[in-house]
Amino acid sequence: MKKGLKRLDLIFKNEHDSAVILEKSLKRSNEELIEDLISSGLKGRGGAGFPTGLKWKLTAEASGQEKYVICNADEGEPGTFKDREILSSVPHKVLTGMAVCGRIIGSEKGFIYLRGEYKFLIPKLQKAIDEFHELADSLNLPFRVQIFLGCGAYICGEESALFESMEGHRGEPRNKPPFPTDSGYRKGPTVINNVETLAHTYSIFKYGPEKFRDLGVKDSRGSKVFSVSGDTPIPGIYELEFGMTLQKFVDDFGDGDAKAVQVGGAAGFCVPRKKFDKTVIGYKGKLTGISLPTGGSMMIFNSSRSMYNVLHNYLDFFVEESCGQCTPCRVGTQQLLLGIEAVKRGDKSSQYLEKLLELAETMRVTAKCGLGQSVANSFSSIVENFREEMIY
Amino acid sequence: MVEQVNLKIDHLSVSVDAGATILEAARKVNVRIPTLCHHEDLCVAGNCRVCVVEQVGLDRLQPACAIPVSEGMEILTNSMKVRNARKQIIELLISEHRAECTTCYKNGKCELQSLSNEYIVGESGFLPLVPLKGYTIDEFSPSIIKDDSKCIRCQRCVRTCDQIQSIGALTVAHKGGEMKISTFFDKPIYEVVCTNCGQCVNRCPTGALTEKTYINEVWNAIDNPDKFVVVQTAPAVRIALGEALDMDPGEIVTGKMVAALRRLGFNAVLDTDWSADLTIIEEGNELLQRLKRVLKDKETDVKIPMTTSCSPGWIKFIEHTFPDFLEHLSTAKSPQQMFGALAKTFYANKIGVDPSNMVSVSVMPCTAKKFEANRPEMRASGYQDVDFVVTTRELAMMVKQAGIDFKSLPDDDYDSIMGESTGAGVIFGATGGVMEAALRTVYEVVTGREIPFDGLNILPVRGMEEVREASLKIENPLPEWDFLDGVEVKTCVAHGLSNAKKVMEKVKNGEADYHFIEIMACPGGCLGGGGQPLPTSPEIRKKRAEAIYREDAGKKIRKSHENPEIIQIYEDFLVEPLGHKSHELLHTTYTPRNRY
Repeated sequence: MKKGLKRLDLIFKNEHDSAVILEKSLKRSNEELIEDLISSGLKGRGGAGFPTGLKWKLTAEASGQEKYVICNADEGEPGTFKDREILSSVPHKVLTGMAVCGRIIGSEKGFIYLRGEYKFLIPKLQKAIDEFHELADSLNLPFRVQIFLGCGAYICGEESALFESMEGHRGEPRNKPPFPTDSGYRKGPTVINNVETLAHTYSIFKYGPEKFRDLGVKDSRGSKVFSVSGDTPIPGIYELEFGMTLQKFVDDFGDGDAKAVQVGGAAGFCVPRKKFDKTVIGYKGKLTGISLPTGGSMMIFNSSRSMYNVLHNYLDFFVEESCGQCTPCRVGTQQLLLGIEAVKRGDKSSQYLEKLLELAETMRVTAKCGLGQSVANSFSSIVENFREEMIY
Repeated sequence: MVEQVNLKIDHLSVSVDAGATILEAARKVNVRIPTLCHHEDLCVAGNCRVCVVEQVGLDRLQPACAIPVSEGMEILTNSMKVRNARKQIIELLISEHRAECTTCYKNGKCELQSLSNEYIVGESGFLPLVPLKGYTIDEFSPSIIKDDSKCIRCQRCVRTCDQIQSIGALTVAHKGGEMKISTFFDKPIYEVVCTNCGQCVNRCPTGALTEKTYINEVWNAIDNPDKFVVVQTAPAVRIALGEALDMDPGEIVTGKMVAALRRLGFNAVLDTDWSADLTIIEEGNELLQRLKRVLKDKETDVKIPMTTSCSPGWIKFIEHTFPDFLEHLSTAKSPQQMFGALAKTFYANKIGVDPSNMVSVSVMPCTAKKFEANRPEMRASGYQDVDFVVTTRELAMMVKQAGIDFKSLPDDDYDSIMGESTGAGVIFGATGGVMEAALRTVYEVVTGREIPFDGLNILPVRGMEEVREASLKIENPLPEWDFLDGVEVKTCVAHGLSNAKKVMEKVKNGEADYHFIEIMACPGGCLGGGGQPLPTSPEIRKKRAEAIYREDAGKKIRKSHENPEIIQIYEDFLVEPLGHKSHELLHTTYTPRNRY
């Protein structure tokens, strides 16, 4: 890495002190712990950015016989691979976060919903879980964690589809409300957090909320693990402070010829070179200008890449991975794909792109879940910024 | 008092119960929001997104069918944003639908067609998807045709099959662009657990699921001068046919229907109500025989409770789902098949027609009857007993094709013999009706007295409650039935196969102490059958049920055993209930089937 960006080592530093942190945390009151999370400013690292402390608080307050803590490890977004690394190298941080959450909300059952393709992680992960159970027993904490292996459908990373999948049904998103905090897995109040989010709670419980809050910018606090891929000489996983501009990111990670960065995977936004310096990586907030959230996927494309092919690839992906339940997503994704092909071939005039952009907007406002709603992100940002590549 | 929630729909103030949806609130102020995947009989899906509305303050549109109201909500159902989105969604649905409307069986009755009629202008739509993918049409079933190219994936059929019928023959397979409504291993409907009940057909908004039609076969028979074509009409047809011919639900059109059938050219217009009365005699006596063998003779291999056997959807369901319990079924054939077996024997002989030249047609509220007529057991006459079954809907189509102004037809009467019926036969069309008809006869056979209910109306077995139980104490029976003295005869009535399943689970677990169970495959009984006019809803079925009981109340004779034509056939032909002839023509056997 060349210049600029500060690399951090909060997540991956293996401190071998989960027993201490867990014991210390369990001695504190639920209110104190939630207050720490809220004041830390931690937001969901899966990409949607819901405040984690608030999620735990709402679930703690919800009435329900059985409550659940679920770690969403269905890491399916194209271009992201950081959760795999977190679960491989520091699983005890995730497990500690889950156990503390369980105590706060009143749950003894935790699940790790593991992406089907990550089956190879199971032996090591199970060993970590077994060790963790021993630790929990020694602290008289009746919390147990089970691995649930997915079957490879992207949609099952959507939280309500994930519950359906765990319950043995087709992985199809539910209508919301009710939200998981009230009615999640088996209709019980459920906290469902991304792997990285849970690992961050560990750091917050260890170092206190101030250290976390000192990192990043307003509305986007703390550090973030990025999966960097594409046209970069140094692909890999990097923990960086939130709130950098895309220009700084490209300066550090690009190959000197970056023409676009896809922030947030296929469901994210494509930023062209001319907007690098105006774009900040972070959650949408009042002061951050153009800010783009991401689950961590950062794909860099240099000038040798056809953005038509990039978009075609994403749409192919969505056509296959839509659950097929709602009209805008099931048919809309197919129409977007066929539409850009028809324009490229010349079967449809370039005007047809306007109809497709309208369609993408309709999908954004009418699709049932985040999958269909976010197809417009990549579609519109690529078509609008690289329109000539779509036509010629 | 349920908590009230105040909101505004298109600037109109409305208060509704907490928990109501935006759609329900809109209906209250007469704002119509279009829907497709929504159906009153089914759980909320929120799949099609046609019903999206704008909630002031929110960026994304909300599905009105799925979102509960909240205090102070302001909803716009007709903003530019809503109109644009709705139009595009309809365009999307049409792009995956083989929109060959003019040649479609559902032309004019398709919900997607009427929506496109409202919203589509010109041909600015999306690229058609069907030609790219190809499609299959499953035409193997004698009852139901499934055409995937017309499917819009609303999953009404899937929810119907699962929730109302607890069968799950139809299910969702694959995902994304490949997602489709399928069966177990994508087998033809004919080869899976489907009971042919047609409830999916009743709820399919498009032409993706339709009944297999036999209209042309019937016309050909009528037009063939060498054929003598008899037609029978099921009890529930006469109280629903009007709906398909511009009349209101609940209108009784018996006389007009008979007149129309005669005009269509049928040689004899006869009544399934008559054979419903006959069913009561045979099935009622079978019940008494079983009770005698169990309670008096202490025979252990005789099964009670006995269940009814008139509903062919129920028959196929029990054959698949409870194959070890087939001995609980009454061996009596359904009224359609009793009629069919007698038409080509007794009746043909009576009127001097060679049965090989007779074509037997039945008009049924049912798609499963088409399958039943084709069962190999149903050839007691030496021919296929019932040649063609058409639904109420198909009859309405024939009436239209023949240019008959149905509403202005004068009432006409059924032919004789096999045309006379009683109120007991009519109520076969409603859930609880067979039970009531049977009790009216059985009680009188056993005690020599009329059943002690005001006006013969056995109200405890009526209604739309899912499972109804009623018991009747026998006191001072005739000497032959003295073993029944003081016995509390316990009955149970269930409609819809999910309720049938509940009852059968109880029987299976030994928790049911019933003597007699009536089961109808369809919600509401035959009046809610899979061949009835569209649409269907709890409200419409209630009106049809009221009509059935009105028809019963208006009949001079209300008890099957008092039907003079029934008395006559026993004198002339059958000799006695459960006798040799009955055994040959009126009783049947069942076939255990696999679940998969």
